[in-house]
Parts: sequence; C-alpha cells; structure tokens
Amino acid sequence: MTTQGSHVTTTGKAATTKPHTPTAGPAPLPLGADPHTARRLGRGLTGAGAVLAFAGTMLPWTWTAEFPGDLTLALYPAGLQLLTLAASVLTAALLLASAGVRGLRWLTPGGKHSALLLMTLANLGVTWYTAGAIAVELGGIVNFEPGMWIGLAGTLVALVGALALPADLPPEPDGTRADGAWHRLRHALKAPPPGRSAPLPGWAEILLICAACALGLYVFAYGIEAEDGPPFIGFLVLAAFAFPALGKAGLPRRLSVLAARHRTATLGAAFVAALLFPLTQSNEAYTNIAVSVLIFATVALGLNMVVGLAGILDLGYVAFLGVGAYTAALVSGAETSSLGLHVPFWAAVLIGAAVALVFGLVIGFPSLRLHGDYLAIVTLGFGEIFRISVQNLDGDSGPNVTNGPNGIPNIPDLEILGFNFGEEHAFLGFELGRFANYYLLMLLFTAIVVTVFRRSDNSRIGRAWIAIREDETAARAMGVNAFRLKLMAFALGATLAGMAGTVLAHVEFSVTPESYKFVHTAPPNSAFLLIAVILGGMGTVSGPLIGAALLYLIPAKLQFMADYQLLLFGIALILLMRFRPEGLIADRRKQLEFHETGQLDVPLDPAAGTPGLPRLGKTEA
Amino acid sequence: MTTTTTTGRAPAPRDTGGAVLEASGVTMRFGGLTAVRDVDLTVRAGEIVGLIGPNGAGKTTFFNCLTGLYIPTEGTVRYRGTVLPHRSHLVTQAGIARTFQNIRLFANMTVLENVLVGRHTRTSEGLFSALLRGPRFRKAERDSEDRAMELLDFTGLTDKRDHLARNLPYGEQRKLEIARALASEPGLLLLDEPTAGMTAVETTATRELVLAIREQGTAVLVIEHDMRFIFNLCDRVAVLVQGQKLIEGSPETVQMDDRVIAAYLGTPFEGEPGEAEAAEVRAAEAHSTGTDADQPEEGN
Repeated sequence: MTTQGSHVTTTGKAATTKPHTPTAGPAPLPLGADPHTARRLGRGLTGAGAVLAFAGTMLPWTWTAEFPGDLTLALYPAGLQLLTLAASVLTAALLLASAGVRGLRWLTPGGKHSALLLMTLANLGVTWYTAGAIAVELGGIVNFEPGMWIGLAGTLVALVGALALPADLPPEPDGTRADGAWHRLRHALKAPPPGRSAPLPGWAEILLICAACALGLYVFAYGIEAEDGPPFIGFLVLAAFAFPALGKAGLPRRLSVLAARHRTATLGAAFVAALLFPLTQSNEAYTNIAVSVLIFATVALGLNMVVGLAGILDLGYVAFLGVGAYTAALVSGAETSSLGLHVPFWAAVLIGAAVALVFGLVIGFPSLRLHGDYLAIVTLGFGEIFRISVQNLDGDSGPNVTNGPNGIPNIPDLEILGFNFGEEHAFLGFELGRFANYYLLMLLFTAIVVTVFRRSDNSRIGRAWIAIREDETAARAMGVNAFRLKLMAFALGATLAGMAGTVLAHVEFSVTPESYKFVHTAPPNSAFLLIAVILGGMGTVSGPLIGAALLYLIPAKLQFMADYQLLLFGIALILLMRFRPEGLIADRRKQLEFHETGQLDVPLDPAAGTPGLPRLGKTEA
Repeated sequence: MTTTTTTGRAPAPRDTGGAVLEASGVTMRFGGLTAVRDVDLTVRAGEIVGLIGPNGAGKTTFFNCLTGLYIPTEGTVRYRGTVLPHRSHLVTQAGIARTFQNIRLFANMTVLENVLVGRHTRTSEGLFSALLRGPRFRKAERDSEDRAMELLDFTGLTDKRDHLARNLPYGEQRKLEIARALASEPGLLLLDEPTAGMTAVETTATRELVLAIREQGTAVLVIEHDMRFIFNLCDRVAVLVQGQKLIEGSPETVQMDDRVIAAYLGTPFEGEPGEAEAAEVRAAEAHSTGTDADQPEEGN
C-alpha cells in the first residue's frame, strides 16, 4: 500500500497524465495482445453491455404481473427493471468519465476502472438476481421474456469488458504476491484516493451538498417503498455494490471535504431532506416504518455518545428507552396507568428524561467503577433487571406499578395546542397521517440529540471523554476526573434515550416489558442498538443513523426470513468486521486506527482541517 | 543549595522556604515485595533534580506514588506544604504534571487536541456551557487554543497541530507529551526517562527544553538512565537502589561515590584479579599484538 502515498499530492488530472505502463486486467481478453487495443476493446464491451442492459429494461422481462412489480410492459420499466436501468446508466456514466470525456470527469476523481468494475458487478448482481427470483417464483426460466435475456447478456458482456480493463494502481513490485486470479481481482479493485479538488464557488458547493441530501432522501424513500421480498433484496444488492463503486470513484471523500467546509449548511440540508420525507409518502405503513427508524436511530445516536465517545460498552442501553417510555405511559392519561395522571406532553418529556437520568446515575454509580468486560456484563445485567422488574411490578409479586406483562395499553394520542397527532391533517395539499405527525415530532428530538452530540463532542468535556477512551490512566494523569466524566456520559446518554422513549410510548399506543430485551428479532433492543452503532461507525453522527436505518429496514422488509435473521446479522457483522472494521461511515480517527496505510495524516485542505475531525477554534457560529 | 543526605536517617528539611515537593518516608509494598522503602526527597522551586538508579530500583514506582497513581503504604507527599490526595487527577489539579516512561499519548487525537486535554484542570467549562455555546464558552475555547498553540510553539510542534499523535515520529511524541504536561501549568514537572531511545542530537534538544522549562519557573524532577544527560542537567541527583535512597547530592558528589559505581557495575568479589594480575594481562596482550605494542592504548 505504500504506492498510495505518492498519489496523495497528485491531483486527479496529474494522475491521468502520468499513466503507468498499462497492464492486462484481472481477466484479459484473448484477442488483446496490445494493451491499448485491450483497453479500447474492454471499454467497447462495457459500453455495449450497458447499452444492451438498458435496452433490455425497455422490454418485458416476464409475461405475468404475478411477480412483484409489473415487469410485463414494453417501454415502461418498473420495479426491479428500474434498478437495472439505474445501474446501466451509472455504468455508462462511469465509463465515459473514465475515458476522460469532458464534463463527466468530476465523477471519478479517485479510481476509474475499479469503480467501473464494481458498478458492472452491481448491474450483474441485480439483473441476475431478478432472473433467479423470477425463475424460482414462477417456476423455471421458461417464464423469461426476451428483455430478460437481453438484460442477462448485456450485464455479463459489460462485466467481461470491465474485467479486461487495467487496474487503477500500477502493479506491485514483482515477487511480492502470487499472481493468482484472486489477487489480480483484488488488485483491480484498489483505487487511489481522490486528489485535491479545484475550489468551487461557495453557493455551488452548498448546492452540491443539497443535491447529495436530496439523492439520499430519494434512495431512502425508495428503500422504504420497495415491496417486500425480491424488489427490496434487489435494492440491497444494488446498494451493496453501487455505493462501494462510488466510494472507489472517490465521490464520498469529495463530499466529506465539502461537508467539513460547510458544516451548518450540511446539517441544515440533511434536516430539510428528513423533513420533506413524509411528503413523499402516501402510505401509512411506510411512515410507520419511518418513525420507528427515526426513534431507533436517535437512540442509537445516544448510545454512540456513551460507546463511541466515552468508550463505555453499555449492553443494557435499551432499559433507559424503556424507563422513558414507561414514565411517559404512566403520566399521559392511559386508563390502565397506576398513577392516573395526565400531564401535558412537554412535562411528560421532562419527567421521562429526568427519571431516566436518575436511573442512569443510580446504575452508573456502582458499575462505572468497573472496566472493560466486567462493565459490559454489569450493564447487561442491569438492562435485564429493568425488564424483569417491570414484568413483576404487577400487583402479585410486588406493588402494581406497571401492570406486569400486560404493559400499559391505550396511551392516548398527543394533542399539542389543539393539534391532534392521531388525526390526518392536510398540509400544502399533502395528507399527513398519524405516523407522519409523529415522524415530524420525533425529528425535532433527533435534531436535539444530533446537536447535543456534536456540541459535546467538540468541547472540553468531549475531548476528555475521548481521552478516557484512548488511555484512561493518561487522562487521569492529565487531571481528568475519569469517573465523574464517565458518569456524566452515561447519565447524558440515559437522558437522551429516556426522552426518545417518551415519544415511542405515544407512537406505539402501548408499552410492554417484552419490547426492551437484550436481544430480540426486531429492534429496538440493546444488541441491535450496539450493532447499529458499530455497523454505522462509532463516534460519527451519520453512522449510527444509517446503521439504524439499515438494521430496522432489513427485518421489516424481509419478514419471510425472520427465522434466519439473527444468523444473517451475525454473518454480516463478521464480514463487516473483517473488511471494514471502522463501520460504514468512517470516523477519521477510526479509519487511521484500523488501516495502516503508511501515509502520514496530512490534512488535505489546510482550511478545512483534518477531514472528519472538527477544526478547533473555528466552531460554528 | 545542595545537601548530602544518606539513607533514611536524616530528617527531611521541613523549614526550607521554596520547597515545591516534599516526600517523606514514602514506602510502597506490593504484598511481600517492598518496591520503595522510606524514601525522602525534596524539590525546591526552580530546581532540576535527577533520580537515577539501576533498572528495577523503584524509580517509576516512586513517581507513581508521588502522582497519586499508587497509594503509598506509608509516608506523605506534600506539594507546597499541603499533603497531596491519592487521586491522580487531584495531584495534577494541585500542580504536579508528569510524562510516562512508555509514551502514553492519546494516539487517535490530534496534536492540538492532546495539548487541550492537558488544559482540562485549568478550564472549567462544563457540559451545559458546551451545549449552549455562549460567548464565555467560545472565549474559553479560544484562550485554551491560544495557550496550547504557545506550548506547541515552545516545543516546536506548531506545524504538526492537525496531525494525529500516533503519526508523529518518536522524538516528537516525547516532546508532545511534555507539551501536554505543561498545559496543566504545573509547579513541578515529573519526567520519566524523557530521552529513552533518543539520538545524541535529540537528547541535547531535550536538555535545552528542560532548561527552558526551568527558566519559566517550573521545577523538574527527572528519571533518567543517560548519566551524561543527568549530570549535565541537574542541580541535585538522588540515587535509588533496591527501593532505598543511597545518596543524594550534587552531580559531582554522586559521580564520585563508590557505592553508586558499585550499584551500577557491581562490587568487587573476593579473589577478583588485583592490580598485579591486571598488569600481567596487559603485558601479555602487548606481547601478543607484536608491532602494535609500541602504541599502548590508554584508558581502556
């Protein structure tokens, strides 16, 4: 990997003017003896394949509308055909960009052929998966229409072409590694990091950020709306290859530099995109999923503060969500509430957060004197104690506070200033249903948690937390009262979870002890929260949000494989830890921790500071 | 200012005005093992005191007793007349900062952030002011950063401010650790082998740095194995052998002391080759090398 160092300073343009001697791709075509001919031939094949696959989506793929998404119409791509269409267009765009076509070069500031190869793989994956799904669901390949065959052939041709293209990085010195096909493929997937970009006018950069947020919103909305089963799996397959492809092309890095330069604008654009989401939805079922995703993501972000910043491994975090939810249920006028109180919502939120804070202090005080594995076990224990206590406070084995296993049902809908959250409201011609209302309410809480996370991260307290995570002894020797600060992080995390719990109680109508287990097949539970943090990326804001969205959507959309769900998550997590231990969204620190690239961490842009780290002294106004 | 006291018996001078650190009768036992036995040590304002001794003599254990990482079994440690609590963050708060023998930086924080963590005890912005980001918070952050940048300037790390600490070369990591310790504005700085693994040039630079720190009014207590470094730098040197203080005094006194040499090189055993035998060996060598015998080497 030492070769990467030399690419740091070269801009994308310079890299193309200084080509290494072209070598054969991982699977060279038999005809191309001359490297340049091979390259031209490879590009030609890839392009032809992409066009062919595109043409395929314009024809019917099967004869019956029985298969989810109507794939029977000519000139009207739908469902999974749209995914192949998108992949084909992206393949063509990346191909033109890698060939150096003016106006498209910005698409591939980093890797060129590696991105193209991954994109053809994405296209092949989604198309061939669709063919497989049709064959299985309808019984045999006899159900294919010509369009399907064209798509299959096109994606295959594109992949063969892309495999023949030379790798982005010059070959490693002879004798370093065996020259096997697997090694050649891995080498072909390596990409140089993008060089420094020419600065754009400020408004253009902000516009780009907005466009990225809009794209993110569209992808998320598409994922939520995708029908259960094959369409959603196809979406996952495409996403699993297309995002790494764009990553190889260097677009996310470029974007993160922009986001670091315009932090406030980025947050604002993301918030607006999230705000607009309910307007894109007409189906209550999908907004229901969205509000659950949002609650889950918010709680995961709260846990990220405890785990990602202060380094406290908390395996019982969901208990604090439960404390908040139960407190809100008890004081919000449910008929079965043992208290019989009905306080306004703002008071319920404050009471819920305060009770969670007290629980956090009570649990944290004894357990935070422990370290590492012992602490994890103790928090796991307290999490289960909460659930079992709630289950037993039913009047038989203890005072009746929580109604035991029955929980507290029929929590009335919120009504704030005459606005009833349970009813539909028309807004600018859009119908906002019950879950859309709660979604917008929850978004406010998410914004609060994001703000708390960001502001505490980049401050004296946040630095002390990170110092404790890095080396507790050294932090104490620097005057950091480690126990007090860890207790503060623990209690703050508990408070935020309790706050989210008060909304959860209203959204779900009822609270039952079974929702707050350590591990369960559906989120939220402590294990899933932790997985969301690790999967998304510890210590980042967007990581847990994305991780939580994936972790919630996948079980919700793939009901049919519920029995194997935990097994599949286990496998996915092992693979992730092997290939991307820093999580989907990499904290700059973590990325350097896990990947010894040999290059010094020289900030790319002195004005922006180290990407991913807050520029000190230039805190947002 | 130099006093020569020998093991244990002499009472610590209680009345000296400028005493920054007074350790009296510090004993540290781990089960049956006594790592440090009844050690007294005084550091006065503006002094650089060296602590030397063979490996395993208990120097670092003694340091840990001073800084609250260990609770000494017996004895007290006073800083400017008040007894220090046995909590390391409170010791730092009181005004004693330290570095570690094996560098313990916050590896995944930037250079500047490392120094800012050192400012922790000298700033007081809590969680709420961080969340509200009022003008006071911003001013405090700015002041902290200015002070940290001064320290980076002082140690010559200004242009590395945004690098991760783990990516610094070894010598600069040592410097950063000192800068981080200085950020807590200590009255006494404890350095645990600051030149271990350094080249001669880096060692000289470290010596200059320690002298500059003294110029700024901070007393320094330094553990080191590099004798030349210690004897060139320190006003006073204490020797710790097997957990006990063997001797304390000016570099010259310590350098000449037979017991110190014995502790480092071992004592002559019975039947050791005497001067006569040594002369015999020398003559035999001179004879065997033949032509070279005309230029006998000196001082070997």
